[in-house]
Amino acid sequence: MSIDTRPSTSEPVPASEESRQWTARVRRSAESAFPPNRLLPDRQPAYMASWIYVFGVLTVVGLGWVIITGCVLAVMGPSWWHVSSVGLFVNSLHLWSVEAFFFFMVVHLWGKFFMAAWRGNRRLTWATGVISFLVSVGAAFTGYLSQQNFDSQWISTQAKDGINATGAGAVWNVLNFGQMLMWHIVLLPIVVALIAGLHVLLVRRRGIVPPFDLTEDGDEVQEAAPGPDPA
Amino acid sequence: MLLGLLCGALINLNGSGHYIHWGFIQMSVANFVVITLMVGVFVLAIFLPFPKRKRGNR
Repeated sequence: MSIDTRPSTSEPVPASEESRQWTARVRRSAESAFPPNRLLPDRQPAYMASWIYVFGVLTVVGLGWVIITGCVLAVMGPSWWHVSSVGLFVNSLHLWSVEAFFFFMVVHLWGKFFMAAWRGNRRLTWATGVISFLVSVGAAFTGYLSQQNFDSQWISTQAKDGINATGAGAVWNVLNFGQMLMWHIVLLPIVVALIAGLHVLLVRRRGIVPPFDLTEDGDEVQEAAPGPDPA
Repeated sequence: MLLGLLCGALINLNGSGHYIHWGFIQMSVANFVVITLMVGVFVLAIFLPFPKRKRGNR
């Protein structure tokens, strides 16, 4: 980055002077990929008027509640969530937010699978959704191990042989409560939030997938005219 | 509290869990209920009409 020593004027800086700076390149890329009307649109294609499109945003809402209630649990600690009535309530909210998150995510996944939502250069949107789902499974699993009750003990002792059989047990010990807690409240939530955020940005970038009988512009797909009979 | 008491009265959560066996498939009743609900919601989401505005289609 260089220092602009010229007197301050309202004249715009020529594009050629800043084009090589990485900040300018990133800014131009972001402006090109996500202009404001694409990032926060107020109009959507007519085919979006279906209940099946609601489950994506419900999944995001579920993830938001998981993070909010998880932050409250982290602030107050296990002696609060195991004993006090308010703590038990927030603990239950955390559990049921996760249940709702996975419920909506699976319905969203089924809907997108049968729409073949990877069509139209949306492969990365599909892939980030799949990865987010898989990482969420790991986050939920380490959450079960972090309950600090007999349930978490049972699950960890049942899981250790399977994890060890994969070889991952050498560095990822499900009986190590501190390690599982750190994965649950630091590493995996960061990964889920980042990938889910990228997933939403890609949906904004590429748009939602049109039905099979419509083109990307919303026109009906024209069937190819039959060719000449080779016989 | 009231809802908890009502649910507790409707479903006895004490004791061991219940399982369904179909040949080599074994599944808890709780998981079966959740999967059935998900399939039901998925079918409803496809076939239930979505409320639309009267003017404009975009």
